[in-house]
Order: sequence, then C-alpha cells, then structure tokens
Amino acid sequence: MEYYWQLLAWGGEGWGDDFAWGLVMTLQVSVVAYAVAVVFGLLGAAGKLSKHRLPRLLADIYTTVVRSLPELLVILLLYFSVASGAERLLKHFGLVAETFQFSSFWAAIIALAFVSGAFMTEVLRSAFLAVPPGQIEAAVSIGMRPRKVFTRIVLPQMMRHAVPGMGNLWLSITKESAIISVLGSFSELLYTGYRAAAGTKQYIFFYGLTAVLFLLITLVSALVIAQIERRLNRGHH
Amino acid sequence: METISNVIGFLPALIKATPLTLLLTAVAGIFGLVIGTLVALARLSARRVLSMPAYVFTFAFRGTPLLVQIYLVYYGLGQVLPGTWVRHSFLWPYLRDGLWYAIFALSLNQAAYNAEVIRGAIKAIPRGQIEAAKSIGMRSSLILRRITLPQALRSCLPVLTGDLIILLKTTSLASTITILEVMGTARMLQRQSLLIFEPLIAAGIIYFTVVFILTRIMNVVEKRLTRYRTAKA
Amino acid sequence: MVATALSVNNIHKSFGSVEVLKGVSFEAKSGDVISLIGSSGSGKSTLLRCINYLETPDEGEITVSGEVIRTVKGKDGKLVAADKRQLEHIRTRLGMVFQSFNLWSHKTILENIIEGPMHVLGMTRKDAIGEAEILMEKVGITPKRDHYPNQLSGGQQQRAAIARALAMKPDVMLFDEPTSALDPELVNEVLLVIKKLAEEGRTMVMVTHEMSLARDISSEVIFLHKGLVEERGAPSQVMRDPKSARLRQFLQMA
Repeated sequence: MEYYWQLLAWGGEGWGDDFAWGLVMTLQVSVVAYAVAVVFGLLGAAGKLSKHRLPRLLADIYTTVVRSLPELLVILLLYFSVASGAERLLKHFGLVAETFQFSSFWAAIIALAFVSGAFMTEVLRSAFLAVPPGQIEAAVSIGMRPRKVFTRIVLPQMMRHAVPGMGNLWLSITKESAIISVLGSFSELLYTGYRAAAGTKQYIFFYGLTAVLFLLITLVSALVIAQIERRLNRGHH
Repeated sequence: METISNVIGFLPALIKATPLTLLLTAVAGIFGLVIGTLVALARLSARRVLSMPAYVFTFAFRGTPLLVQIYLVYYGLGQVLPGTWVRHSFLWPYLRDGLWYAIFALSLNQAAYNAEVIRGAIKAIPRGQIEAAKSIGMRSSLILRRITLPQALRSCLPVLTGDLIILLKTTSLASTITILEVMGTARMLQRQSLLIFEPLIAAGIIYFTVVFILTRIMNVVEKRLTRYRTAKA
Repeated sequence: MVATALSVNNIHKSFGSVEVLKGVSFEAKSGDVISLIGSSGSGKSTLLRCINYLETPDEGEITVSGEVIRTVKGKDGKLVAADKRQLEHIRTRLGMVFQSFNLWSHKTILENIIEGPMHVLGMTRKDAIGEAEILMEKVGITPKRDHYPNQLSGGQQQRAAIARALAMKPDVMLFDEPTSALDPELVNEVLLVIKKLAEEGRTMVMVTHEMSLARDISSEVIFLHKGLVEERGAPSQVMRDPKSARLRQFLQMA
C-alpha cells in the first residue's frame, strides 16, 4: 500500500503531478476539439440543408467518408497532412515566415474535430429539421429578419433537440482524445499512463488509474449534461 | 502519379490482412451480442445482486476509452498471468498472442454498448405482448425466449448493425498491441516504406469498401428479419 | 371614401403540376371582414398564405395599404420578392393567426407577445410589456402570462396567438382556420375574441369552416372552388340564397 502512495507522489519520484497534468491536457484537448467540431458541424449541417447541389454533395462526402473510416486512420492521416498542408498554404500566401511550423497541437485538434464534426453535422441537421415549420412561419409572418429568425427562434429550439446528441458527442470526444496518445507527442492522460506503466512495470495500477480518471470525466460530464437538459426542457412537459 | 502507383502497390498486403479484421469483428460481435444480452437481462432484474454489477459493468466500459481497456487487458493480464497456474498450462502459448487480448477487450466493450441498446428495446415492448403470453399460460422463461427477446432484438436491429460497423472500424485499435490486421499492416508498411500517406490511403480504401459491402449486407438482413412489419396481410 | 386596406389581384399558384390558384382577386376596404370558404383543396388556405408571401404567388399582385409588394420574374418565369426588406416591412402590417397557433414553444406567453414589438419594431421592453398587458386582458389570458404554450389549452393558445399578432399593430389580420385545430368545447372562446375584433372595425381576412361566424361578421363571403372564385357577395345573399349549385351543396354539408 505504502508503495502505491509513493507512485502517486508529486514531483520527481512519483507520478501524481504527471497525471494531474495529463488530466488537464485531456480536458484542454477535448474542449478545444469540441468547439472546433461544433464549427465543422454547423458548416456540415448548413451544407446538407443547402438549396444548392455543391454544398450538399461536399457535406455528404464528408460524413460518408468519416463514417466509413476508422477514427485512428482519419486522425493519423489528418495529423500528418493538416500540419504540412497548412504550413505550405500559409507560406504560399506569405502570411507567415519561412521558418513557421504549424503547431502539432492544432493538427491533432483539427484531426479530432474533423471526426466528431461529421457526427455533429448529423446531430445539428436533425435538430434543425425537428423545429416545426410553423415556428419559423410565425416569425416570418411578423416580418422578422432571417438572421433574427435563426438566432431567436430556430437556434434556441434546435438546442433543445441537439443537447442529448451534443452531450453524447462530448462524452465520446473526451474518450476519443485518448487516440492521440498514439502520436506520442501529447502528455494527455493515456500517454501519461503509458509512460508511467512502462517506467514502473505497474501496468494494472497505472492503466487502472487512467481508466478511473476517464471515468471521473464521464461522471462529472454526465451530471452537467443532465442539468443542462433539464434547464432547456422548461416549458415542455 | 507515383502516389497512386504506391497506393496500389500497398493494396495486396492490406487485402491479405482483411480476413483478420473481419475475424476480430465477427468474434467480438458475437461475444458482444451474447454477453450484451445477458448483461441487459441482469440490468433489468429486480434483484440488486444482478442489476448493480451489470450497471457498473456498462458504466465502466462505456465511460472509458476503448484504448485504455485494450492496454489494461493486454499489459495488465500480461503482468498478472505469468505468476499464476496459467503460465504452465497448455493455454500459455496461445495467451502470449495479443489477438486474444484484443478479442477480450473488444467483446466486453461491444457487450456494454449492446446491453444498453437491448435493455432499451426490452423496456419498450408493449405490456400487452407479455400479457397475451401469460394469458395462454406461458412460463416466464418461455416468454423471455419466445416473445421478449425475439421482439427486442428485432426492434433494435438497426442500432445493433450500426454498432457492428462501428466495431469493424474500432478493431483498428488492435493495431496498437501489435496485431497485424488492416490498420496494423498499414502502420507496418509505413515504417518499412518510410511513406506516411500512401499506406494509410490504401487502408482507407479497404475500410471504405468493406464498410460499404457490410452495410449492404446488413440492409438485406434487416429487411429479412423485419419483414413482419411491412408485410400486408 | 374608405381607403383600400388590402388588394389581392389575379393570384396564381401551382405546386408542381397542380394548379391550386388560377387567378383570384378581391379587395378589402378598411374595416371589411372577408371570409374565404370552400371545401378542402379549394385553395383558400394557399390564397391566404400568398397574401403575406409565406407562399410566393407565381403570378399576381398584393397591395397592402397602397404599397405593392415588389416582385421580379425568376429564372422559371415565376415571381420572387424583389426587395426582402420591403417584404419584411409589409409583413409587419399583416397579422397572421395560424390553424396550429405556432406559438414559440421556448418562450412564455408574454415573451411570445413582446418578441415582435421588441425585435422587429424595436420597441423597448417596458413599452412592449405595457401594450402586451392590455392585449392579454383583451383576449383574456392575463393569468397565463408566464406559462409556456404547452401548458395551455388550445383555446388559450389561440387567444394568445391572436394577441401576439395584434401586438404588431397590423393593418390587416389574416386568420387561417383559427378554430379547426380546437376541441369543440374550446371553439367558442376563440370565436368570441374574433367577433370582438370585427366589432372594433378591424380589417380581417379569414379562412374558416365556421359558417355561423362567416354569416355573422363578414362584409363579404368568397366561395372558392378548384382555385377560382365560384361565388361572392354579402353573407345575407350568398349564404341564404346561393346561386351556384356547388355552393348550395357545400352549405348543406357544412
């Protein structure tokens, strides 16, 4: 027992501080990737609902490809291509210096968000379609501007339908963020667990600890999501 | 141009690895369905000794990344087993292969997700269906086998087949414990050829094709099994 | 000489290959109550929805208080509104009451009523609430001001929806079968509100199945059949002594 507490010590000897940072890193990656995924999802949903053929086609290709390929594959592909591609593009337009290097953090974020964004697309699209047309017509009939119709009527009503799906996607993005441990350059939770386990040969202890910390994220998130759902459901009994 | 010929050049090796991906999917899919059904029934049980562990099981496996589960099983059991009788039994040569650990982790993970789906489907069965069975004197075990489970499994079939396709994609995580299924082979080819993209793109083509074919097959199966819903008279 | 509040001129509308309106015209002077009647599929609801361009007519002209909704011909030869801002402005002057109420489900009754005055007309919250309170009193839903639509009966919801339309101070009120979605015992409370508005001299166009309402408050009844006006006139004449056989049959069945 004593020994295990030592393993969790703060500082040079133990792994306590490493895991704390790993937790912070996992949350940071998840939050940022989630925010970017919402942007991808809004673009994707706008594409799917567009009157024009091209955006519809692009959005369909996006979701079909992501749904057919393993996340690990998409993330590896994008991680390596986003960084070099963005670098070349930015340099080509002279927006950055020749020595510029695209941060691998953002490459990983975009890779993760790209995957979740495809599922976000479906969540937001069906949430939009769940808003009864009469709700929009009532706003149009009093002469409301399209942008206001969206922000004041459509968006709040969409959110009610989208929150369960968006909540699930948050839970899955926190777990998917573990995949970037495979890249070996981010000390998020799983990579921290990997190093600690390999360094001490205490595999069960450290992977168990990693699992418990992920479970903690899930538990707290689930409580918060339930709270948000309850608030958004006012007026709907 | 060179990229395309490189991608094509990688395809044969990846096609050879495809049966292993399919095997992982099929075995974990079947175990996942069987275990998942049992867990679902346990969760619906009135006895807490059954429902509590089932709840903890589904919560733990759905609440943690599959990759963590794979490492925990692979490295964890690898740490414990050599110290037990298993080390000297006839099983040992097999257990040194990562494949079993991958199947073990994938099955339990799949079971946890299936259990939630099946539980929901069982709860959604109209009471009248069960009451009709009781009224003709069916015993509860018979009702479960003849009425409850067939109806529940059929009604959640679209979700279960969707989850099977997700399983096919997640078998790629087995590559992280040295298993040479499609993804593992692609990463090996990356190291051998020092090309980053081409092996991944080739693997993408394989996955896309397999998912496409599997989706079609599942659609046919679904139609067969849910004929009773569309049949007219 | 009473001013023309609304003029509907030669409206055509097709959905796909089905021609729903084949050139319908009518005019409402200030204070007129026009009832559009006809069997389902006669095009009466589509006609009403063309007035505020919820459906864009393929051909024809809508004039509200002397201002024509400006249009241009689209690629397919059908009309499109030429100036979105002008259309939005004209819509503020047409108050629409829907068959299914369409109260915004995420807002309370009070919030529903002040939404337009605040966010379209730019009134302050205080002023908007002040006027909303008068309107809620008028339609009798003051006790429900902080309830959400789903907590109200259909009759209460429809009265709230009428208040929401009135809050925009429209020149013309459009009613699209306002009592059709209501349980029979709730119809009357809504009819009473509509009658009260007619007595105040509001200009109204309504699509209705309530023949007694049409008879009691209309200045003109228009009977539509297959996208054309089959018969029109004062209710005393049209409804007691219809000339067309179809209208006679329709009235017998109603």
